[in-house]
Amino acid sequence: MRLTAIAVVLAVLASPAAAFPTKDVDYIIPFAPGGESDIAARLQQPIFHDQTGKQLIVKYQAGAGGAQAWSQLNKMPADGHTIVGVNLPHIILQPMQGNVGYETDDLTPVFWFHYTPDAILVPVNSELKTLKDLIEFARKNPGALTFSGSGSNSANHLAHQRFDKLAGVKTTYVPFGGTAPSVTAILGNQVKASFGYSTVASTQGDKVRMLAVASDERLPSFPDVPTFKENGIDLVGGAYRGVGVPKGTPEDTRKQVSDAFGKINSDPKLIKTMNDGGFVVINVPYEKMGEFMAKRKQEISETAQDMGIKKK
Amino acid sequence: MVGPLKLADQPQPTYPTDAQPERCDPVDLLPYILQALSPANLGLALAGVVIGTIIGALPGLSATMAVAVLVPFTFGMNPASGLIALGAIYTGAIYGGSFSAILVNTPGTPSSIATTFDGFPMARRGDGNLAVTLATLASVIGGIVGALFLLFLSPPLSMVALAFGPPEYFWLAVFGLTLISALSVGNLLKGLIGACFGLFLATIGVAIVGGDTRFTLDSPFLLGGVDVIAALIGLYCIPVIIDLVATPDPHLRVALQDGGFRLGEAAALCRRSWFNLLRSSVIGTLVGILPGAGGSIASLVAYSEARRSARHPERFGTGEPDGVLATESANNATVGGGFIPTLVLGIPGTPPDAVILGALLVQGIRTGPGLFTGQGDIVYTFIFGLLVATLLMLPVGLLIGRYAYQAIIAVPKAVLVPSVAFLTVIGSFAVHNNPDDVTMMFALGVIGWILNRFGFAPSPIVLGIILGPIAEQGFVQAWLIGSAQNNLLGMFFGRPISATIAALALLTLVYPLIVGAIGKRKTSTQEMPHEG
Repeated sequence: MRLTAIAVVLAVLASPAAAFPTKDVDYIIPFAPGGESDIAARLQQPIFHDQTGKQLIVKYQAGAGGAQAWSQLNKMPADGHTIVGVNLPHIILQPMQGNVGYETDDLTPVFWFHYTPDAILVPVNSELKTLKDLIEFARKNPGALTFSGSGSNSANHLAHQRFDKLAGVKTTYVPFGGTAPSVTAILGNQVKASFGYSTVASTQGDKVRMLAVASDERLPSFPDVPTFKENGIDLVGGAYRGVGVPKGTPEDTRKQVSDAFGKINSDPKLIKTMNDGGFVVINVPYEKMGEFMAKRKQEISETAQDMGIKKK
Repeated sequence: MVGPLKLADQPQPTYPTDAQPERCDPVDLLPYILQALSPANLGLALAGVVIGTIIGALPGLSATMAVAVLVPFTFGMNPASGLIALGAIYTGAIYGGSFSAILVNTPGTPSSIATTFDGFPMARRGDGNLAVTLATLASVIGGIVGALFLLFLSPPLSMVALAFGPPEYFWLAVFGLTLISALSVGNLLKGLIGACFGLFLATIGVAIVGGDTRFTLDSPFLLGGVDVIAALIGLYCIPVIIDLVATPDPHLRVALQDGGFRLGEAAALCRRSWFNLLRSSVIGTLVGILPGAGGSIASLVAYSEARRSARHPERFGTGEPDGVLATESANNATVGGGFIPTLVLGIPGTPPDAVILGALLVQGIRTGPGLFTGQGDIVYTFIFGLLVATLLMLPVGLLIGRYAYQAIIAVPKAVLVPSVAFLTVIGSFAVHNNPDDVTMMFALGVIGWILNRFGFAPSPIVLGIILGPIAEQGFVQAWLIGSAQNNLLGMFFGRPISATIAALALLTLVYPLIVGAIGKRKTSTQEMPHEG
């Protein structure tokens, strides 16, 4: 008890910046409710409250694939009590496509808490049993293998493009208006396969088969699904989710927000729910942000160039 | 708390995807009925319906929003109770949208667009209370039919969602667009021009399929495109407000006729039109199952079918009770229908279902065919809760409807107009918490008012905005898949469901010509069915 008191005093003396959080925090989700960013926020909400005694208030500001909120981020209060969900590859890809009202460097991500690895999924009754079958089919029938995916110039589209290049095949990408219609398309056998995320395999259970997953190691909830790497295809990545703050937020506060999310991310119950759902929990704190973002930017812009997306 | 289903961590058996869970014995369902009727669950259903109805009645505050805002409150509840609360809010909101559609000619949610066609003319001639009561009865019946399908036929019906591929969605949207011609008897050209304007508005922004940036004038403001809700509020509400201000009478021009609920009269009409109600409810359930369609399309299709098979189709659009019965039963049937793919396939049937699906995940419930057997207690308690909530709409709706009706008539325009104007701003802002949508709403409102002066109704424009993206995406996807398979013609015309819908669209397209020919013979000229 006394130790805590001393620690608090010391902490206050040590940092001239205000403590965080001193009040409820507005957490802006740049997508419609019900998506994976929303679900992540909903899982973080109660843990944040337990750990800090303050509320995380989820607000939706969907539009233009997230650009609506991100273009307004720097006009929001910069005291750490307004944070916004940030997503990769969106915040790198969108500004490359034209004027979306923000540049990648305008955003200040402070913590990345998980990613959903790209994955190739087929209906469970598909004759394509393994990734090898799929590649062989694609080699024999150039262009005939159809992949559903969520949207154009999206994480799925990017993954498809990289896969075609790395595997040396030509396949057809069919963009759908979101993950749900894209999954419906494989369940209904409208397309042969789907570029989606490991989370799809979790929600769809035994109705789809995941042929390969773009993580470094096999996922704990899918020990039998090989990675692309094991098949000799160097595809690692997916949709990353994290939080960012307005540009004017002081350094100390940025770190405090990062620490707060690091603490949420170490909650064992959250980790278990995430693993079960096919998410891969990662911890990229503010201190490592520069390095992480530089690597992603290089990776994504290379593929984007292959896709013909150029900065106008 | 709830053991998640076994994940796919073993070699998966390759049984066919349409494997069905075991049938449920009716006797086994009794405990779930009792659980759904527990005081706590009854209270939640009642509160949900009241809140939903009020939110739904306010233009711009949609069912999705109502559910999303109230989701966090359900996290503390047990899963079945939380689901009942959300389902009650959802069904209440879809129903509540009919109030403003009937009383002020502004659909409260997109699902009620078609309710304005006959609901508002009824209100204008003094039958507003009858229209509200009809909408209530139709909503309850539609909701019950949808919930019964959900209860007994979920796994097989979920296959409907899978049978619908890109070409089917393309033809469904084309079918919806041909409805414009049916809705514009005597004024086909203006209807089609309005629809084209709507289609044009729908292309603004970043294309989901293709990723092109279109007509944004290089401004981030237009990047997100024209939001359907903002367009709905602008095109319907603003002209109403301007006209209210421009006319000198101190009150709404609604003939007052005191007759209470007119429940007996409404019930008699329902009995006479039982087949219309049943057909519309089944259409609503089926369209609700399709992810990507939704209540607005369901009620339009039901409306057009009701009109086509009516003995006096020319009465539709002038205050025909059958029109209100068709649209309101169909849109509430989409609630039960939409839950079918949500619960069985984990694919949300409608936007509010997406939110509810997220809530399920947070609760630790895994959807899928196993849900009905593995976690039957939650699912069946929820479905009975939904049925209870639907029944509660009857007393709740009649009371709220009566007061809404009286209030709107009694309130002087000096109060009504600012209130409605205030709501338009709140509603369009609340869509994305974005002031740009308010600007868009006002701009479209002024355009809509001017177009109204020249005889262009708002409905074809809104239909264009809703159906344009569905048609475009379906077309491009079908084209891509057809090209990959070297079978483009077969993709568009060779699939049985596609061909059927395409034939229906053709029939709808030539229908006004036939009506026109018959009409001329009868020498009875019909006015535009609907004026702003």
